Amino acid sequence: MNLHVDKNSPTDSDEVERLEAEPVMSAKRREPLYKARKKIFPKRAEGRFRQFKWLVMLVTLGIYYLTPWLRWDRGEFAPDQAVLIDLAHRRFYFFFIEIWPQEFFFVAGLLVMAGFGLFLLTSAVGRAWCGYTCPQTVWVDLFLVVERAIEGDRNARMKLETAPWTVDKIWKRVTKHAIWLAISVATGGAWIFYFADAPMLAMDFIEGQAAPVAYMTVAVLTATTYLFGGLMREQVCVYMCPWPRIQAAMLDESSLVVTYNDWRGEPRTRGTKKAAAEGKIAGDCVDCNACVAVCPMGIDIRDGQQLECITCALCIDACDAVMDKVGRPRGLIAYATLEEYQSNMALATDNGTTEIQPNRVRNDDGSFSDKVRHFNWRIIFRPRTLLYMGVWTAVGIGLLVALLGRDRLEINVLHDRNPQYVLESDGSIRNGYTVRLLNMVPKPRNMEVTLDGLPGATMRVNGMSEVDVRSFVVNVEPDEATTLKVFVTVPADEIESKVESFHFDVKDVDSAEADSYKAVFNAPGEKHK
Amino acid sequence: MSEKHIDEISGVETTGHEWDGIRELNNPLPRWWVWFFYATIVWAIGYTIAYPAWPLLKENTKGMLNYTNRAALTQELTAAKAAQAVYLDKIAALPLDQIVADKELAQFAMSGGAAAFKVNCAPCHGSGAAGSPGYPNLNDNDWLWGGDLETIQTTLTHGIRYDADADTRVSQMPAFGEILQPEQIQQVAAYVWSLTNTPSDPALVEAGKQVFAENCVACHGEDAKGMRELGAPNLTDAIWLRVQGEQGIAQQVAQPKHGVMPAWGARLGETTVKELAVYVHSLGGGE
Repeated sequence: MNLHVDKNSPTDSDEVERLEAEPVMSAKRREPLYKARKKIFPKRAEGRFRQFKWLVMLVTLGIYYLTPWLRWDRGEFAPDQAVLIDLAHRRFYFFFIEIWPQEFFFVAGLLVMAGFGLFLLTSAVGRAWCGYTCPQTVWVDLFLVVERAIEGDRNARMKLETAPWTVDKIWKRVTKHAIWLAISVATGGAWIFYFADAPMLAMDFIEGQAAPVAYMTVAVLTATTYLFGGLMREQVCVYMCPWPRIQAAMLDESSLVVTYNDWRGEPRTRGTKKAAAEGKIAGDCVDCNACVAVCPMGIDIRDGQQLECITCALCIDACDAVMDKVGRPRGLIAYATLEEYQSNMALATDNGTTEIQPNRVRNDDGSFSDKVRHFNWRIIFRPRTLLYMGVWTAVGIGLLVALLGRDRLEINVLHDRNPQYVLESDGSIRNGYTVRLLNMVPKPRNMEVTLDGLPGATMRVNGMSEVDVRSFVVNVEPDEATTLKVFVTVPADEIESKVESFHFDVKDVDSAEADSYKAVFNAPGEKHK
Repeated sequence: MSEKHIDEISGVETTGHEWDGIRELNNPLPRWWVWFFYATIVWAIGYTIAYPAWPLLKENTKGMLNYTNRAALTQELTAAKAAQAVYLDKIAALPLDQIVADKELAQFAMSGGAAAFKVNCAPCHGSGAAGSPGYPNLNDNDWLWGGDLETIQTTLTHGIRYDADADTRVSQMPAFGEILQPEQIQQVAAYVWSLTNTPSDPALVEAGKQVFAENCVACHGEDAKGMRELGAPNLTDAIWLRVQGEQGIAQQVAQPKHGVMPAWGARLGETTVKELAVYVHSLGGGE
């Protein structure tokens, strides 16, 4: 790492610290994919986007690591973990919501919402998902925090990379990798807590009593976190992730992307005053390479939009700091739409007929001309995004309505097919049914099952009663399904046709909650005896 | 194809393959891919040494781990049997009413019984146990010898009219064709049919009642409701095991046919018979 500080120059821009930073991935010189990887040493950035990223990291990691430890009292018959995916009992608990396997469409609905949410976010503000909330970005950021704390910032790390293996280097490397591994284990560990009672599983895990699948999961997630977050980093985004490829279809001229505003930056120069003295025109870019040095993807944003850019905006922070220092307006690198950029570019180049002329976009006092287009928030609410918002909201409202109106008590009936009916000795006809009663609340309930229709018919329940009844009450365990074998008998003189419909009605004895199932009764169609 | 062709745009040598002017670049394979490829070769060699692999003239190499599918299967079966043993031991030890009372045990016995039924009983009684003429429907509430758990177990264990078993249930209806006159047989058939249906010729019924009183009450009872000790069917209910209508009754009186059920006790063992009893009893007709 060499610093080029031109101490002889009296100009302000020449006092800016210049970094010898080359883009690792360049849109200008497309290199073959088979080239060995060049390591990237992102410099620490400071600024509003970096602040926002710290906040996002804190919130997302906080949610990920802490959620399983939240408690939620559901009474004595259900687990008290706020978010729990109980695979063994096929129940999914999410705060006050409890989802049974047949209600899994709620999760599908959430995935649809997540999809449209991503479309909406991308069409409005570009690759914000990639830059701020993608787990790969968050964990790489976290790993970089560790790396900087131990090995120092960009130039120190570059120096250490080429340094011989001294005790100091070994010590730093071992510490770094040890902490990375610790973070990875914690990451893998947090995942399994979503699938079992967290405090109990944590104890079992430490004591070696947990299920093998728990250790396997932690091992796999530890390996992937360490590998992806620590070692592969930007390569995951560039070579493995399909999302950057889909971007092209999601972005349009009105989507925000991180843009180098070359209409005001070019021609870039390292000595503005010197250039002015020589009568040359100079743009705002002082060619300090700060934007390249901070880029975790190793690109030069000044080469234009490129696949590797995750729009994390750290280059904006770096450039804004330099602009402040040299007394130029911020936003040389900024979030801008393609439309806005092209309009300003046309202005600066007189519709592409000349080189970029900064004086075309500036007034004589140095302020921007009125013709320069600036970002307008209204562009976020254009038909496309409104459509996504509409679909997103519609699915959300649909799910909410379904959630509020869903049954917590259900009856399902399966008619015996073999034999269809049985002739009894007194000439009556009997049909067998497998009746399933679902009690989807964590409280035991007394349910009353009643025959509706089939005049004269009676029921007998295997293992419950030997008496023929029209209705019976059964206690259903909390949060369980009870399966009953029910025989329905119709007396000989009541049999009218081969097929008759009737209902099994079920209702909670203590509340009005009820459900019904339409079943059929089969008979030979003629009276016996 | 002998001279090297370099692609202009990428500067990469081509393989020499060309289709309609499109040439295939001779890019190298990714290194990690190549190493994985080598690793799979090493793995394959190791595998064929460790496990049975190479066919020889008569058999194959045994492999150093002495692995065989058969041994693995036996092991799994042993493990499964060991897991079932807990329940099977209980079923063997407990009387039937206690098995039924234990919900979990009853469930296990039902499943075992259902499986055994499919293998051993379905050929005659049908997969749904609905029977067919001559083979009783086990779902209904008509039991020739009784339908409580114990009786079903006894029937299963010793069979019906199964000579090889000393304790088998035996009953034979005499062939009345050698004892009665043909018209008497018509008369008694008309009478029996009239107990539940309208006879074709009411004139025969009264005479038939007389014939019945003289010849049939010993087994079928005065009220014709049968006698379970003898396996004599109830003639007043809606269920007929073998016959159809008056003519069917007449034929059965003249030349009775009798079903035979093998004794399953020795063949299936007491535990399976108990499971079968629990299953059959649960079909809906059990008493």
